[in-house]
Amino acid sequence: MAQASLDNGRRGLSAPFLRRLKGLAGAAVSLAVTMVGLLLVTFIIGRVMPIDPVLAVVGERATPEHYQQVYEEMGLDQPVIVQFVGYLGDVLTGDFGMSRLTARPVSDDIVRVFPATLELATLGLIIGVILGVPMGVMAAVHQGRWLDHLVRLFGLFGYSMPIFWIGLIGLLVFYGILGWVGGPGRLDIFYVDVIPTVTGLILVDSLIAGDLTIFWNAVSHIALPASILGYYSLAYISRMTRSFMLEELGKEYVTTARVKGLSERAVIWRHALGNVMIPLITVIALSYANLLEGSVLTETVFAWPGLGLYITTALLSADMNAVLGGTVVVGLIFVGLNMFSDILYKLVDPRAR
Amino acid sequence: MSGDTETWRQWLTTDTPRSRQQARLAQLYLGWLNFRSNPLAMLGFLIIAALVVVAAIAPLIATHDPSALDLGSRLTPPGEGGYLLGSDELGRDIYSRIVHGAKITLFIVALVALTAPVFGLLVGTAAGYLGGWVDLVLMRFTDIFLAFPRLVLALAFVAALGAGIENAILAIALTAWPPYARIARAETLTIRRADYIAAIQLQGAGAMRIITGHIWPLCMSSIIIRMTLDMAGVILTAAGLGFLGLGAQPPLPEWGAMISSGRKFILDHWWVATMPGVAIFIVSLGFNLLGDGLRDVLDPKRGGQ
Repeated sequence: MAQASLDNGRRGLSAPFLRRLKGLAGAAVSLAVTMVGLLLVTFIIGRVMPIDPVLAVVGERATPEHYQQVYEEMGLDQPVIVQFVGYLGDVLTGDFGMSRLTARPVSDDIVRVFPATLELATLGLIIGVILGVPMGVMAAVHQGRWLDHLVRLFGLFGYSMPIFWIGLIGLLVFYGILGWVGGPGRLDIFYVDVIPTVTGLILVDSLIAGDLTIFWNAVSHIALPASILGYYSLAYISRMTRSFMLEELGKEYVTTARVKGLSERAVIWRHALGNVMIPLITVIALSYANLLEGSVLTETVFAWPGLGLYITTALLSADMNAVLGGTVVVGLIFVGLNMFSDILYKLVDPRAR
Repeated sequence: MSGDTETWRQWLTTDTPRSRQQARLAQLYLGWLNFRSNPLAMLGFLIIAALVVVAAIAPLIATHDPSALDLGSRLTPPGEGGYLLGSDELGRDIYSRIVHGAKITLFIVALVALTAPVFGLLVGTAAGYLGGWVDLVLMRFTDIFLAFPRLVLALAFVAALGAGIENAILAIALTAWPPYARIARAETLTIRRADYIAAIQLQGAGAMRIITGHIWPLCMSSIIIRMTLDMAGVILTAAGLGFLGLGAQPPLPEWGAMISSGRKFILDHWWVATMPGVAIFIVSLGFNLLGDGLRDVLDPKRGGQ
């Protein structure tokens, strides 16, 4: 109680600036704790794995002396806490160790494969927002009627289908039967590595290079996996938009706007949707994070050389450094996006400041 | 009581229940009536009931031995040669494998449903009721697990523990509990200051007794709703792990693994990968519909949205 009144007193005295600073510091501490915890989880996973990391380096026929030497070189004779601190330091300096599979530093690999995932997930999110928000609005406006049920069912289907399965069916129908889209991979094989890599996003790189043939080829390859990811996020986005809109449309300012004679279109799309955009930002940031998860399976189906495929390939060949490195990066992005949506929310909504 | 329908129904719908038991049953009955009037929720209920029945009598309704190889009739299209849904690359009957796979799906769902919510409930109510540093530590711990996308964390766990259906279930349960802890904590925070809790405290009840006897029952409805909606996600994650070759291992007719084996033939022999996917889709749709319906019945505040 005393603490609370003290807080209130301080708030009354000083500028809101101090309060925001305090909030920011609190957020930074909680972010740091979460990140360390995240690394602790991956560290523990790395410790309990049944693969002997020393044996993986020295091989089956190493002498006991050689084994012992490598064991000590890797710091495995140190106390666990020292090892963890060492691990923290490594990760913070971007060192995830060497990948056994590619024989390169894991961090280099991740930098190389990440743009592919970014390109796919971003396009998927754009599709999901462009379709999902209007669908949610329409469902809310026509609440309880057939359009509403249709949107709900469409979304429910998206929730209920295994994403890798939709991917396979999509390949069968749109690639195998109709031939509308390119097959697996980011480009047809004879276009790979033709244009210089600038951003790693082929859609952007091909435009920079001015090569429209490659651009359209890339579009034909990304269209299907991005649409599938889009559908996956659309289900969530349209559902949340609908429920936000329903709440908003019941408010008095909406009635006022109608009474003063605004067109229904202006009431819905400008007034109500304008206010819904604030909570919706959080939803969109969250679905972006969820797309990372969806991309793991989608990339496997479409042989899309991104982070998801990198992790699953590494998994199947027991390349633990790569698996844990990839997991850490995904976790960091996930936390970062959540954080970002929080901050954005506070920036846009004056009440949350 | 059950002999005479009229009095049985009157007994259930009376305004003046004579015992606590009767009041409870009456509440359940009203909920059921409410639930029954929602056709989509009933559809979900029937799908899940059908899953349980199919899993129970799988050997009776399967037309073939799910692991009997017949290389002579491999990749037979649906409907031909006595293969209702076709045969796979080793000549095994896909229909029989899907029917037997229902057991595996149910096994996964049941194990996760029995572990993750209980653990989450334990963590969440303890954090909410005890407050202070216990709350801080437990919720930080929960946040850390929430910081990973579920499938990716499950992948890392399976990578560490080794592939297999038991480890897949363990990994899914390990990644599934945090939302339950969040929900249970939120519920606890709203009721911990209630008068009736204060009354029991004055009677000398300890924290353990209050949490298990007086807070848990009130958390149940939101936990059950969340659980039902979650089961669709559990099925999809398990199928995803199976698809990646990290869940149930090949001879087992797990649906995700079946899709994975049919993946190579998708363009020429579509049914091998398609059929198990339809099964996954129907079952997870069932859980989603059931969960939505339960939410409308058990949580009137958010119902109808």
